[in-house]
Amino acid sequence: MEYEAVIGLEIHVELSTESKMFCGCSARTFGEEPNTFTCPVCLGLPGSLPVINKKAVEYTAKIGLALNCEIARSTLFHRKNYFYPDMPKDYQISQYDLPICIGGYVDVETKDLTRRVGITRVHLEEDTGKLTHISRTGRIGEADYSLVDFNRAGIPLVEIVTEPDIRSPEEAKAFTQKLKSILEHLEVSDCNMEEGSLRCDANVSLRPVGSEELGVKTEVKNMNSFRAIQGALAYEIERQKAILKRGEVVEQETRHWDDAGNVTVPLRTKEYAHDYRYFPEPDLVPMELSKDWIEEIRVTLPELPDVRRKRFEEVYGLPTHDAVLLISSKAMGDFFEECAETYPDAKRVSNWMMGELSMYLNAANLEIDECAVTPRHLVQLLKLIDDGTVSGKMAKSVFEEMFETGKLPKVIVEEKGLVQITDREEIARIVEMVVEENPSVVEDYRSGKERALGFLVGQVMRLTQGRANPQLVNVLLKEKLGG
Amino acid sequence: MDLHELTAHELNRMLKKGEISVTDPCKSVFERIKAVEDRIKAYVTLTEKVALSKAGEVDGNLKGGKAISPLAGIPVAVKDNMCTKGVLTTCASKILGNYVPVYTSTAVERLFAQDVVMVGKTNMDEFAMGSSTENSAFGITRNPWNPETVPGGSSGGSAAAVAADEAIVALGSDTGGSIRQPAALCGVVGMKPTYGLVSRYGLVAFASSLDQIGPITKDVTDCALVLNCICGHDRMDSTSLKVNIPDYTKALVGDIKGLKIGVVRELMGEGIEGGVRDSVDKAIALLESLGAVCEEVSLSHLDYSLSAYYLIAPAEASSNLARFDGVRYGYRTPGALGDMIEMYSKTRAEGFGNEVKRRIMLGTYALSAGYYEAYYGQAQKVRTLIVEDFNRAFEKFDVLVSPTSPSVAFKIGERYEDPLRMYMSDICTIPVNLAGIPGISVPCGLADGLPVGLQIMGKALDETTVLRVAYAFEQEFGFKQKPAL
Repeated sequence: MEYEAVIGLEIHVELSTESKMFCGCSARTFGEEPNTFTCPVCLGLPGSLPVINKKAVEYTAKIGLALNCEIARSTLFHRKNYFYPDMPKDYQISQYDLPICIGGYVDVETKDLTRRVGITRVHLEEDTGKLTHISRTGRIGEADYSLVDFNRAGIPLVEIVTEPDIRSPEEAKAFTQKLKSILEHLEVSDCNMEEGSLRCDANVSLRPVGSEELGVKTEVKNMNSFRAIQGALAYEIERQKAILKRGEVVEQETRHWDDAGNVTVPLRTKEYAHDYRYFPEPDLVPMELSKDWIEEIRVTLPELPDVRRKRFEEVYGLPTHDAVLLISSKAMGDFFEECAETYPDAKRVSNWMMGELSMYLNAANLEIDECAVTPRHLVQLLKLIDDGTVSGKMAKSVFEEMFETGKLPKVIVEEKGLVQITDREEIARIVEMVVEENPSVVEDYRSGKERALGFLVGQVMRLTQGRANPQLVNVLLKEKLGG
Repeated sequence: MDLHELTAHELNRMLKKGEISVTDPCKSVFERIKAVEDRIKAYVTLTEKVALSKAGEVDGNLKGGKAISPLAGIPVAVKDNMCTKGVLTTCASKILGNYVPVYTSTAVERLFAQDVVMVGKTNMDEFAMGSSTENSAFGITRNPWNPETVPGGSSGGSAAAVAADEAIVALGSDTGGSIRQPAALCGVVGMKPTYGLVSRYGLVAFASSLDQIGPITKDVTDCALVLNCICGHDRMDSTSLKVNIPDYTKALVGDIKGLKIGVVRELMGEGIEGGVRDSVDKAIALLESLGAVCEEVSLSHLDYSLSAYYLIAPAEASSNLARFDGVRYGYRTPGALGDMIEMYSKTRAEGFGNEVKRRIMLGTYALSAGYYEAYYGQAQKVRTLIVEDFNRAFEKFDVLVSPTSPSVAFKIGERYEDPLRMYMSDICTIPVNLAGIPGISVPCGLADGLPVGLQIMGKALDETTVLRVAYAFEQEFGFKQKPAL
């Protein structure tokens, strides 16, 4: 039997507001000394009370509007009750049946198709503290003791829940990337998966192709990178498939993605069997969001990735494939536009960004705005190619150098004496030398082995440290050999 | 007459005339405490050193030309569920037996800003759950009128302290009657303001949608003075109201001619002791003699208020008290621990008293999946009906009256083992919390030698009329008896 995967995602995003969700503490606490950004409210000390951060509500409404949701005119917070040491109050102020945003969608482009993924809801809550379990495994069950850092407690957290519209790990990854890009364009979150400001959980089930019924699902947690999302879901789908093919049933449970082991493992269900006993938070009053306020936010929304992509296609004449990749993060799109302002051939900018730049970024595991190469670097390099100062091949080694050192291409070219040799006589002299030194290869070429030419070109380039203009080398070699 | 026997406004007059210093009443109160506290046990913590040094400081400031506020130097007793920076705040619970807050609650801070001097922290039913102050981890407080009887609760320590002259004024908190009922049983004035009038910031929560801080005083004038000081919007409490606050002492005119007063039928019948009913009937006759028009009024849903209250309050409490888990502060079980869950359950089993556990279980159940609608949801609907009942009544009446407590002070131990009977102690006061309206209890006589309280209820935010009626009654009635200690 053929199976189809049914995937729904729950994505948690820490908002980049100045202060926390319900108190005045700074929300910029990542990497700070533990428990230094706290107060009676975010520590849940007896007698303390929450006060809603209006900016966080505004950010959430922005997200909802960007995801084509309806914004609730009347909304309120609930308490989600459960005991856990990372929760100062042993309840989390969250939202339940009246979230700020409901019913939207995101169009996700993958290689094969565009999938419309429904957004069930977007709600606002407070983040918990962070536990560090002191044990060999880092798991709470085996810990000798645990340390709690409440710096993160109370940071505004938005939960985005999708419909089970996603059908493959690739789509899940593409959705998350698209969502991240939207959030970046809205400037409401750092979206840093490694630092945990964007976290993704998935509900996964399988069903026979053509069936409308949903199978038993598992919840997969701890996917902290796009690679992890794809890997974890691929693993989980295969795992469930194997179970179903054996004629067994999938157990409904929560599973943890083990990034190092490349497997999902079950979490002990005992720790997670909860009746959250939601009820309206009596320390807060219901929020009325006026139509005018919502409209005000709607008109101030920035250009979003879908519109930007179309503009890239129309204004810069880029193919859809390029435009999709360039808007995959806000920084990428911004980089491209800054280049395109001062360099006329947008497609070439795009090629270099998707080629060399992306390659080095991936290898160094950096984001585009974290690396030393700026639009000024790239544009200067492209201009050096255009005016013949360097060849395309030399440009690649210049690129490597500037990626590592941050030096401008002109500086690198000068320092290394990398100026391209375009002098016809100089190249001709070297060509003559190479032909004389390699009689057998020359013989091969003359007897019809075209590939031998490549070797000879390579020799010329080697002797000029790659500085010879490659076209000229070709022309002169052919002239020499043909003559 | 000793200074501790006086009211705040009397002491203020003397202070302004230069007849006394701020330190004088403070010393007098501590002398009184030394004389009677052994028999009353109103306090969990006394802060004599801090109080006297604060009094000295205020004296210095006043000599330096600082204006004398109406409550300058007045010794206040604070219920032990209001956070006080650097001073033990136990909620009369073992689980907070060692808890010292890092900040001061707004209401107390506002008193401090007016140069009020704190005497100490008063005993109470654990986490304000109870009507007798018997549910305290630190001993039972006794009623100054008869040490064999309870002072009421949960603010029993505050009421007893004021009644026994161990403080001039006190703060209590009132979730279902916890200010008014002990005030009635101890023969003093106690007021629960409109929900949201006084900030709850720093009040250790019992039931967030019902809790309200208010004054317990020797007379209505002091009540207005303390209310003036503690009320008003606080940005730290989202449920605190942004409204213009009148000067409540302006309500103390003594004239209630033509005011319409509704006598709540449901709170005058079954379950009200004969002696209490007689006193209240006489009080109503007195109000009529002052020119008020008194008529019976029925609030048909009041019969359900106790049931609704005992779902809503425990539900909120079950969540509010979750944080006392031994992880960050307060008591933690010393026992050997297998795992985290065991640490939680042992800590809470050992740290909480029986009544608190009973309500946590009740509330947890009421919020559980599958029961929420039938219990918590239904109780909220009843609450709405009660609010509507009051709204209708206030279309016709300026204030409503009833007994504050169905009985006078009862014997220690009499209701302790019978929770349902204990819960009935708040039958007259609970509807006021459910409706969020203001209510005051003023002494209206003695029955069997024990004080009876008259409850006066007003429209939301109409403390002025409530105080006006209370003051007029007090002036005419002239309750001058004092407990013999």
